[in-house]
Amino acid sequence: MGISIDMTGFVAVYIFMLAGFAGWVIIGHVPAILHTPLMSGSNFVHGIVVVGGLYALLNATTFEQQVMGFVAVLFGAGNAAGGYAVTARMLKMFQPSLHAPPKPAISVVASPKKN
Amino acid sequence: MFTASAEFIIGAVDLIASFLFLFGLQRMSSPVTASSGIGVAGIGMAVAVLASFLYALNVDQVVKPYLAQNIALAIVALAFGGGLAWLAGKRVAMTAMPQMVAIYNGLGGGAAGAIAGIELFGDKYDGAGQLCVTLLGAIIGSVSFSGSIVAWAKLDGRLKKPTRFKHQRLVNALVFVSTLAFGVAIINAVLGDALRPVSVSALIYVFFALALILGIMLTLPIGGADMPVVISIYNAFTGLAVGLEGFVLQNPALMIAGMVVGAAGMLLTLLMAKAMNRSITNVLFSNFGEVSAALQGQIKGELKPTAASDAGIAMRYAEKVIIVPGYGLAVAQGQQKLFEFVKLLQAGGVNVRFAIHPVAGRMPGQMDVLLAEAGVPYDMIFQLEDINDDFASVDIALVIGANDVVNPAARSDKSSPIFGMPILNADKARQVYVVKRGEGKGYAGIVNALFYDDNCNMVYGDAQAVLVKMIEAIRGLGLPAAA
Repeated sequence: MGISIDMTGFVAVYIFMLAGFAGWVIIGHVPAILHTPLMSGSNFVHGIVVVGGLYALLNATTFEQQVMGFVAVLFGAGNAAGGYAVTARMLKMFQPSLHAPPKPAISVVASPKKN
Repeated sequence: MFTASAEFIIGAVDLIASFLFLFGLQRMSSPVTASSGIGVAGIGMAVAVLASFLYALNVDQVVKPYLAQNIALAIVALAFGGGLAWLAGKRVAMTAMPQMVAIYNGLGGGAAGAIAGIELFGDKYDGAGQLCVTLLGAIIGSVSFSGSIVAWAKLDGRLKKPTRFKHQRLVNALVFVSTLAFGVAIINAVLGDALRPVSVSALIYVFFALALILGIMLTLPIGGADMPVVISIYNAFTGLAVGLEGFVLQNPALMIAGMVVGAAGMLLTLLMAKAMNRSITNVLFSNFGEVSAALQGQIKGELKPTAASDAGIAMRYAEKVIIVPGYGLAVAQGQQKLFEFVKLLQAGGVNVRFAIHPVAGRMPGQMDVLLAEAGVPYDMIFQLEDINDDFASVDIALVIGANDVVNPAARSDKSSPIFGMPILNADKARQVYVVKRGEGKGYAGIVNALFYDDNCNMVYGDAQAVLVKMIEAIRGLGLPAAA
């Protein structure tokens, strides 16, 4: 078919490495104020496991596999839907001041002596 | 032809979904764009799920008789799992968010574990390499599943005390080693031509049971205040497990999304551990809070209680106030009242800011969310490193429901268990008011020297009740709002 990709050996390792690096860099820039939504947001992203569950369930050929596939899709869907619902709810709450004075500059007081 | 185009569509959609996940997470890095970020990632998820039904066009001949049944099962599972979680997510209170995230995370780990189960029972992996990866993903996913459930029970108050017993670490190590041993036994049984005293299925069942027990055992001894770190680790674990199972399924979207979350979760865990000045192994294995009570230095001075109304009025006449909210505020559900009080101060021309410690709450950044829920604009909320030097120049610091994160012993007392942890320098303010339920200690079980300082007064009572009194006191002054 020529369109499928084989991810074996080093190709897989490269994908893991680059993806891991991307995650590290993206999250490194998130301010602490957003850490909770970020955690639930990344929690939502691994809900993509539901796609793996669907694949496994659709290809199931025994009762055992059907049960486990059902569980995988059930759980994966819960992970994705729930993660989305709570993250979207939380992020909606973050609002700037209404008559927005730009974020007050941190007062330039001489920093106190460290002890 | 038909199957070829189905495969192409799935491949293309997975590629788009992976991009949307990365783009969405990237947009989540600023409060301004964050709300659209989750929407972008959500679209990616929706198209990926829809496209995966195309797998049905491309199944082996042996699967055909089961296909209709499988599709029906898939739709029921999607609707049921997704629907229930969606409703729960819409309804859950913001204070209960950490346990909710723990549950969702556990579900993801369980799903990864179940996929590994299908791979193992169905002999669907390709060679020894994939078998090892499947087993590894199975362990990590199962630990994340059962561990997250225990974390949920702790955060939800169903498990009150950390469970600790003698030789706990030894027992945990034994469970861990036997899990690995059964993994090796499975590899041997499948690949080697060794005698098979028991069936491979039996080995797989025991292997999963051990991995699940391991997750429970690892989480049981960890105390409630360390749960932020634990959820974060399990979040990373689930991501990793998903990535590994994605490799076995040869699905790049799972590999990328899983590994991005794995790395992000690891980074977040490290940041948090740093904010507590502890290593991750210390959080996981040290039984924090057990011995600290014995190690206290002498503290001079006495506790000086004051009336809520006096404290409230003092703040009304102050020029600059910094508020340090902690988990106690959330427990008392006092966020709304706090913001009402702050608005009164602001109407009187007082400069008010919030200072948040990185590990305040039961999840990193939870206090930020709780304040945002109460309507506090995010430009009034400052993080430790941005505001700590300003305490010295403010008239009043109001510490409300926080304790260990303002304990100066972390700076000065080498014998203190929290020595070295970065704290908010509330003690540097000209005057400090501490709103507290009673004279009890913080989670770490240590006396807070700040409370005994000359410039510190205690306001005893439930945070919400105290704030109501403060609001009444200021209203009672009958002052006109400043222009």
